[in-house]
Amino acid sequence: MQVNLKIKRFDPTDSGGKTWWQEYEVDVHTDSTVLDALIEVREQEDGTLAMRCACRASICGSCGMRVNGNAKLVCKTRVESLSPNGEQLTIEPMGNQHVVRDLVVSLDTFFDQINRVEPYLQPSFVPEQGEYTASNESMENLVTSMNCIMCGICVSDCTVLEVDSNFIGPAALAKAWRFTEDPRDGKRDERLKALNDEDGGIWDCTRCLKCVEVCPKGVAPMDRIMELREAAIEAGNTNTHGYHHSESFYNSVKKNGRLDETRLAIDSAGMFNIPRMLDLVPIGLAAMRKGKLPSPMPHKSEDHKKVRELYDSVEGESK
Amino acid sequence: MYEHDVLIIGGGLAGLRAAVEVTRAGVDVAVISKVHPVRSHSNAAQGGINAPLTDRGDDWQGHAYDTIKGSDFLADQDAVEIMSQEAGEAVLELERMGVIFSRGEDGKLGTRAFGGQKVARTFFVGAITGSAILHVLFEQSLKLGLNVYEEWFVTKLIMEDGVCRGVVALDIKTGEMHTIKAKAVIMAAGGAGRVFEPSTNALICTGDGLALAYRVGVPMMDMEMIQYHPTTLARTGILMSEAARGEGAHLLNAEGERFMQKYAPDYMELASRDVVSRAEQTEIDEGRGFDGNVLLDLTHLGREFIEHRLGYLQEVSVEFLGIDMAEKPVPVQPGMHYIMGGIKTTVDGATNVPGLYAAGECANVSVHGANRLGANSLLDTVVFGRRSAVHALDYIKGVGPASRAEEDLASEKARLQVLLDRPPGERIATVRDDMARGITKGIGVNRDQASMEGALENLVNIKSRLPGVSVENKGKVFNTDLMFALELEFMVDCADTIVAGALARKESRGAHYRTDMTERDDENWLKHTLVYKDDAQEHGTRVETSPVTITQWEPVKRVY
Repeated sequence: MQVNLKIKRFDPTDSGGKTWWQEYEVDVHTDSTVLDALIEVREQEDGTLAMRCACRASICGSCGMRVNGNAKLVCKTRVESLSPNGEQLTIEPMGNQHVVRDLVVSLDTFFDQINRVEPYLQPSFVPEQGEYTASNESMENLVTSMNCIMCGICVSDCTVLEVDSNFIGPAALAKAWRFTEDPRDGKRDERLKALNDEDGGIWDCTRCLKCVEVCPKGVAPMDRIMELREAAIEAGNTNTHGYHHSESFYNSVKKNGRLDETRLAIDSAGMFNIPRMLDLVPIGLAAMRKGKLPSPMPHKSEDHKKVRELYDSVEGESK
Repeated sequence: MYEHDVLIIGGGLAGLRAAVEVTRAGVDVAVISKVHPVRSHSNAAQGGINAPLTDRGDDWQGHAYDTIKGSDFLADQDAVEIMSQEAGEAVLELERMGVIFSRGEDGKLGTRAFGGQKVARTFFVGAITGSAILHVLFEQSLKLGLNVYEEWFVTKLIMEDGVCRGVVALDIKTGEMHTIKAKAVIMAAGGAGRVFEPSTNALICTGDGLALAYRVGVPMMDMEMIQYHPTTLARTGILMSEAARGEGAHLLNAEGERFMQKYAPDYMELASRDVVSRAEQTEIDEGRGFDGNVLLDLTHLGREFIEHRLGYLQEVSVEFLGIDMAEKPVPVQPGMHYIMGGIKTTVDGATNVPGLYAAGECANVSVHGANRLGANSLLDTVVFGRRSAVHALDYIKGVGPASRAEEDLASEKARLQVLLDRPPGERIATVRDDMARGITKGIGVNRDQASMEGALENLVNIKSRLPGVSVENKGKVFNTDLMFALELEFMVDCADTIVAGALARKESRGAHYRTDMTERDDENWLKHTLVYKDDAQEHGTRVETSPVTITQWEPVKRVY
């Protein structure tokens, strides 16, 4: 099978950094993965192409890169699935991370994020002999996060990191979840408070679902982040922008059947948070100039009673 | 130039376990690895880690005997005794560090059955045990602030008056060469699976550690003992864990027969790996296979069970072959998987070179002998990784700083420059593939004098082509092409020792099955083969032998 590849190249040493696109055509077996095709390029066409790969079995996490715009583990991506009729495949390095050369990105961003969540068990006691007693369910629950192979794919395509490099990021937060949910860990409250309070913490996720979509191992980082939020609130961390935001959202829709955006902004910041209120002024003015300032007067939707019934129904079910 | 008291080459389980031990002692240590530690091949271990836990009614002698029987009595029994005795604490310690081992109803660690053992003593995390342990040891390394030279490639061990004093290494990210001096070096650089094609091993398993040690005079022991895993996925060669059979999967031939009945009526699919692989090969060779495969059937286990306990296997089966294991059996074949042989060490990880230790797959203690039991490799890494660190800590107390390091740096720089300056010639991959296919053909599940001589002849040809291999990439930053050229030289050294060991052993034992000498010969061959590098010899190798240590189990006929 002929595979047509368009690869983004980068040479950092060529007059301070040169980027270009290079096209290759290789012949591989019909079952081949994108990685097989790239290895064929590297070994038979162009030995200067730099990329990482090791296990070829989606367990080492080396070969994350963007294929046709989405980050993927190329060892787990079959050519046929993306190019059934020989369409050209576009290969780029992962996003949100510094490119070292060609398809190789620096691991520093990723592991700096991981390091921010104290990524190791901090038990309150260590058994003198034997193991900790814990239910099998509690351990199996953690497999979701331990399936993470630290490939960096969720970090690559995280839409928050694209605009806010201070965000702890999906992989590190999924890692943090692995400890807050581990019954052997003794720092659950401290961890939740830190993740809640920290700039770039759990409330910075915009729930865009991208990490869930691209994660090759089913870790579903965003779901883990939402569970961290719930756990943080349950642990009493309610005096935050994020909590006020979701509370206002909840109340506004419940009461009016629609979102009162002005109220949402004020509630989220806190009415008496003067500096934050002042921050909002230019945003409000800009929105007004573009005709996008929501009406400051709350108004109910016609069907707000039906929305209320939905609330009651859902809340009844969860009780 | 850099300097540490202890330098560990390799960031997999053996290396990280050793590093944790040295760090705890408050001694200056660093890990150097050509990949980030979490990319190490320890990840690929799926099924579990063996340990006889006495409070669960098991005993260490039972595990030791199963291991020795599995080894076809080639393992050194003193080493096996140590491994079995230390296994329980080694596994429990991993749990206390945070490994999320599967549990029983009582909330204590639960087990699954594994090959070559009648007692279920394999502790596990789904089918990701290696990865789950590696990531927890990595967590510990972050907690301890371990110094890691990530993506640094060791090209040479520094020797001074017969003593190992550090390494010369290439920083792959910058292309610069450096010396790292050390009072002791622990080699934990993994196996050499890529000497074969196909192999379940990662592309990084190129025998670097074995070759580095071999070049400074350390003997490679029992290199002919190559494990072919019975269940690697058709076409792709991806490993399908023994856990599948441990959890009850059957092996079927084209006639729908559970053929292991004929070869191992007592243990069936859970006989030792060499026995099962050989049985499969016989079925395939006698025309009862499917296109060079047999079938691994899990359908009777049910979807929920498969997805719960063997999730990773289902993932690869669906991804790579499009087969849902709950619905249909998957085609599998024997595939090169592990080297039992390696750097000869004492039970403390010491080699014959002072200052050089080894642990994990690159080492041969020997606990696996002629055939390793499934789930004993992870155990080997943590037990002997720790022991080599303990011994190295003791050794460095009387060692002063090295003096000659810069000389080696200059000579290594010159050697690499010669590689880079070669005119265009043969591609690295072409020569590598020719070597690996030749070795696999000659040193397979079955072998005989002619096939092994064929492998040797092929290797002679490969060695004559080596100087004509060129490095296409002349750049500095992330020049993997240069690294592959160096890896190829390492692999050829490993191939030398494998072929030499195989030709020397005139019997069948464990994985070394000769169709022209089908019997085990305890009278003449209850001993280890030791291959030394010796340029005065025709093929650059000299083979010696050493006795096997027998403590309490006299060799008997091996029946499963």
